[in-house]
Amino acid sequence: MKKKFHKVYFIIIILAVIILFGCDIIFGSVNLSLSEVWSALFNSDSDESIQTIIWRFRAPKAIVAVLAGAALSASGLQMQTLFRNPLAGPYVLGISSGASLGVSALILGLPLLGISFDSDIVRNIGVVGAAWIGSAAILAAIIAVSTRIKDIMAILILGMMFGSASGAIVEILQYLSPEGALKSFVVWSMGSLGGVTTTQLTILVPVLLVGLGISILLIKPLNTLLLGESYARSMGVNINVVRRLIFVSTTLLAGTITAFCGPVGFIGIAVPHMARMFFMEADHKTLMPASMLLGAAVMLLCDLIAQLPGSEMTVPINSITALIGIPIVILVIVKNKKIF
Amino acid sequence: MEDNNKARPVIELQHLTLGYEDRILFNDVNIDFEMGGFTALLGRNGTGKSTLLRSIVKLITPLSGDVLIGGESIKTLTTKDIAEQISFVSTEEIKIPNLKVFDVVGLGRAPYTNWIGRLGSEDKAMVYQSLDMVGMLDFADKSVDKLSDGERQRVMISRALAQDTPIILLDEPTAFLDLPNKYEICLLLRKLAHEKNKTIIFSSHDLNISLELCDNLALIEGGNVHYGTTEMLINNDCIQSLFKNTQLFFDKKNMTIKLKIK
Repeated sequence: MKKKFHKVYFIIIILAVIILFGCDIIFGSVNLSLSEVWSALFNSDSDESIQTIIWRFRAPKAIVAVLAGAALSASGLQMQTLFRNPLAGPYVLGISSGASLGVSALILGLPLLGISFDSDIVRNIGVVGAAWIGSAAILAAIIAVSTRIKDIMAILILGMMFGSASGAIVEILQYLSPEGALKSFVVWSMGSLGGVTTTQLTILVPVLLVGLGISILLIKPLNTLLLGESYARSMGVNINVVRRLIFVSTTLLAGTITAFCGPVGFIGIAVPHMARMFFMEADHKTLMPASMLLGAAVMLLCDLIAQLPGSEMTVPINSITALIGIPIVILVIVKNKKIF
Repeated sequence: MEDNNKARPVIELQHLTLGYEDRILFNDVNIDFEMGGFTALLGRNGTGKSTLLRSIVKLITPLSGDVLIGGESIKTLTTKDIAEQISFVSTEEIKIPNLKVFDVVGLGRAPYTNWIGRLGSEDKAMVYQSLDMVGMLDFADKSVDKLSDGERQRVMISRALAQDTPIILLDEPTAFLDLPNKYEICLLLRKLAHEKNKTIIFSSHDLNISLELCDNLALIEGGNVHYGTTEMLINNDCIQSLFKNTQLFFDKKNMTIKLKIK
């Protein structure tokens, strides 16, 4: 067996994550030298403004990038195995759109009804809750349909239909909304890792860790699901429990990231394929951790590119993830390799 | 007659009614499948061979009646209990790139491995032994999508062996194979039934092979299942009933199927 190389690959990917994490903290719209960053991190009486930049903005953003990449990739891998569909992912199946719908109903819909929030915490929890409800609703609809329709393409098209329908409702809400609410929604929808405050991190981190933990517990059932549901059940897997766990895990992972970072596309669908290409394996014992780590690395890289180092401008992160992810998706389609 | 050291039937169908909302396939079927032996499940398309096999492994819930495995109702057995009694080979074609033969067979150990599915040294020995039994030991590191249909079917049988169950059910294991491969697979299954003392039931359309190689036959005809030794079913004209309303008939003397009109 060639599993010896696996360790080397994993070490390389972990090193890449560490290096990219460092770069993500060093580079930004304000130019800082390595020594300035170093002293801000490890020397408490260094320049306060630099400390603020590092601790309040860059470090949380880099942590969010790691978690977002890992979360979206883990949920994408689960979707691909559950639906036995290489093109499944939280974005493609409309789960991220569902989360957007939930958030827009909250940010745009409630002001229309004359309800407003004062408390920051209530607002944050409201956004996450709305995103969970939205993504869970779409996911439930797709799972319900997928038990009746076995056709892979039909499910993908349905996912896109659900996504478009949520998009249409969001547009109506936008059209009706006052400028203030509209602006905060547009900013949210462009997607940003940097918008996450340290308060929000206290919600984001534990929720995502639960979601990632469930993904790891699902490794064995996901492996049996490679052979299809009949085989999985005949090997003693309680498929109803497993479906529910995948459901909860994906909702937590994709929903939470969408709530805090906006809809980030193509990471969930592309990264599991990168993991397959690297490791030439189908075993989730390898693919799950590999997808999480590669997802973290790719997300950090996207964030680095999005900041356009050397300039003061930042472009929306989801444009970069799309530009990096789409070629991989096209490659998968063109190669037309039957994954399942 | 009772209690003469004869083991209890391994699979008992009790008043089993199977089918779907609009169509009943079997009504009130009662059969005791005996321990051991190589049994073919025969019947025309759409008569419910697959449904019957799937209901025994609890993949389908019967409309009424019950299935007993080793004397216990599958209603009270968990999926894991059943997985330790019966392994199942479905018609699903497994062609996943980069999925290694060893890993597929290793999945057969799923009922016995830990939460992450790590194979211990005993599990690994079992996997190699199962691969060896079907003559696929040299293919352990190959990817399943690179195999021929016959090789893939051997791997799936090997996975069932690794599951280490007294009963193996197979849904049309010879469906996509050419004639030599059909014989190869059936000879292999028969060998496993006789040498490893497994109870093997497979559904098939290959009447000739089944008549030649099987100890028992289960014939589905007109919503009924006729079960008995191959010899018995030949002699009581059950085979003949398979060809009702067709251009064919079964020539008992020569054990072949012939056209009615020349």
